[in-house]
Amino acid sequence: MSATTRSSGPWLPRLVVAPSFLLSLLFIYGLMAWNGYLSFSASRILPNYDFVGLAQYEALFDNERFRVAMGNLAIFGVLFIGGAMAVGVVLAILLDQKVRGEGLLRTIYLYPMAISFIVTGTAWKWMLNPGQGLEHLMHQWGFAGFSFDWLINPEMAIYCVVIAGIWQSAGFVMALFLAALRGVDESIIKAAQVDGASLPRIYWSIILPSLRPVFFSTLLVVSHLAIKSFDLVMALTSGGPGFATDLPATFMYAHAFTRGQIGLGAASATVMLATVAAIVVPYLYSELRAKR
Amino acid sequence: MKPAFLTSLTRTAVAAIAVCSCAASFAGEVEVLHWWTAGGEAKAASALKDQLQAKGHSWKDFAVAGGGGDNAMTVLKSRVVSGNAPAAAQIKGPSLQEWAAEGVLANIDDVAKAENWDKLLPKVVSDVMKYKGSYIAVPVNVHRVNWLWANPEVFKKAGAKLPTNWDEFFVAAEALKKAGVIPVAHGGQNWQDFTTFESVALGLGGSDFYQKALVQLDPAALNGPTMTKVLETFRKVKSYTDKNAPGRDWNLATAMVIKGEAGMQLMGDWAKGEFIAAGKKPGKDFACVAAPGSAKAFTFNVDSFALFKLKNEANVKAQKDLAAAIMSPQFQEVFNLNKGSIPVRLNMDLAKFDDCAKLSAKDFVDTAKTGALVPSVAHGMAVPAAAAGALQDAVSQFWNDDKMSVASAQSKIAAAAKIK
Repeated sequence: MSATTRSSGPWLPRLVVAPSFLLSLLFIYGLMAWNGYLSFSASRILPNYDFVGLAQYEALFDNERFRVAMGNLAIFGVLFIGGAMAVGVVLAILLDQKVRGEGLLRTIYLYPMAISFIVTGTAWKWMLNPGQGLEHLMHQWGFAGFSFDWLINPEMAIYCVVIAGIWQSAGFVMALFLAALRGVDESIIKAAQVDGASLPRIYWSIILPSLRPVFFSTLLVVSHLAIKSFDLVMALTSGGPGFATDLPATFMYAHAFTRGQIGLGAASATVMLATVAAIVVPYLYSELRAKR
Repeated sequence: MKPAFLTSLTRTAVAAIAVCSCAASFAGEVEVLHWWTAGGEAKAASALKDQLQAKGHSWKDFAVAGGGGDNAMTVLKSRVVSGNAPAAAQIKGPSLQEWAAEGVLANIDDVAKAENWDKLLPKVVSDVMKYKGSYIAVPVNVHRVNWLWANPEVFKKAGAKLPTNWDEFFVAAEALKKAGVIPVAHGGQNWQDFTTFESVALGLGGSDFYQKALVQLDPAALNGPTMTKVLETFRKVKSYTDKNAPGRDWNLATAMVIKGEAGMQLMGDWAKGEFIAAGKKPGKDFACVAAPGSAKAFTFNVDSFALFKLKNEANVKAQKDLAAAIMSPQFQEVFNLNKGSIPVRLNMDLAKFDDCAKLSAKDFVDTAKTGALVPSVAHGMAVPAAAAGALQDAVSQFWNDDKMSVASAQSKIAAAAKIK
């Protein structure tokens, strides 16, 4: 019995993993490669294989709408990732103070994660719309001078997307950090207290640095959320006013699927992939090297 | 053991069934991709189904709802790429040419000749349905885009009269504003911005200018003084809309006119369906007039079905019957009564249609003769999707950004027109 187990050891796990390995090879990496190939083709409404070199990329970087989308991604990415991390960490630290009703509070903060970005977007659209949301309410309460029209202002609308995004994801960051905080060795904290360190000092100099792995995995999750962000924008502003809140993902969808420019859409998807890779590859590299 | 006669009986039965199924497969199956899934549109689609079933063909519904057809297009592409195209799909405008250029559409000249389509359709419309001189699609209906919808009661209260040109439009808008209503109901989505824009262009520049600038995308016309004036007027229209417009759906804007919160709306004739669904009578509870200055012109939005190449012969026969049925007067009447549009077939009896549709049909026939029948850009009839999308982006950006100068908008529009 034990002999068979030992001899099947090398091949059985491989056999079991093989189908999913093949599937992911084909449907993830295969399609990525196909997309990359299409981005060099003259594809219109259907994929074709007339090689046009870098023409699609030239058109892409010449396209004002794409530049706006990339600029928005930078604004959205930095503020959304930074905001969600900051709010999440603060909430986690506050909840870590063994407050009463922690279970309830944790659920309340984590709850936004349970609903989809579509719901978040729609709800925030109503709240931020000057004619029916916050501004309207304030006017009804008698603050006639109150004005909050970011949603319809082309220069500020992207910040509305940031607000809704942070609201959605901060609870998730909080949960990850809370779990990590609970894993910190009590005795280190006790020792620091004995040495007379203040509570903020303990968090800043001892606990948070020890959470580095959690910090990086959270960053990875939240930053890919930012780059592939699509449904939130579609529900909140549908890229408007004009195309002021377009992100690369909405740009790609509009061009590849509604405007019959699959080549251009594929090029923008490749640029998105490169952006993700720029974040993920150094991370994987440092992680794998650390293990070795 | 089975008695011998029983076995032979079974054999006969099997043979009989085989014969039957042979006969049944002679009548083909049509699979039709459409996104008419709601209300009047769904009723209109089932009229077509009944007509085909009466001819003995079976109908396979392939409805993909949502996204104004975007979802359906995505599904269609994957079906066509995998070599399993439906018999017909709802595709319109220059997209027909793009699909035909991919070599996937069927030639239906024999049906067109037998039914005499060249005589029944205005040339501008039949040109859209043809690729290299052969029919590859069949038109269903005509929507007029350059309409102005108004609430007469609101106009009366404000002491305004229905405008016939853009100067009168602003006089009326000013009066409505003084009376405390929103003068123009608008939804800030880029196709709605462009619907307004093309009505302004048509009203100020006339159909010749429209044709040159927005259909042929002539740089001289796009950079010329008429375009400057169009953009200035277009911006002025915005000052009479409310600030909650961005992102609003067109039917909500129509509802504002119905409820009397707003005075008027520039929108195609699908808006009529909203008025009628709210129990309003055309001519009495709401007014339909041509968009200011464009009474003698007509921007059309024609829905059509593209017919795909099929392998099974019985299905090809069914497909041809489908094409003939779509152009038949019975279907054109039933469908358009339900959809709120007008028949694309010229010289039909319109007794059952309402006054708005009658006016639309009369103008359709008249403008087809004078050449003032022009395709709508906002609804994908005039230029290929890539250029139309870029134009819409530029116009929407100008509409939403009050700081952008007219000159820079004009150069952006001209640059967008060059996208292929």
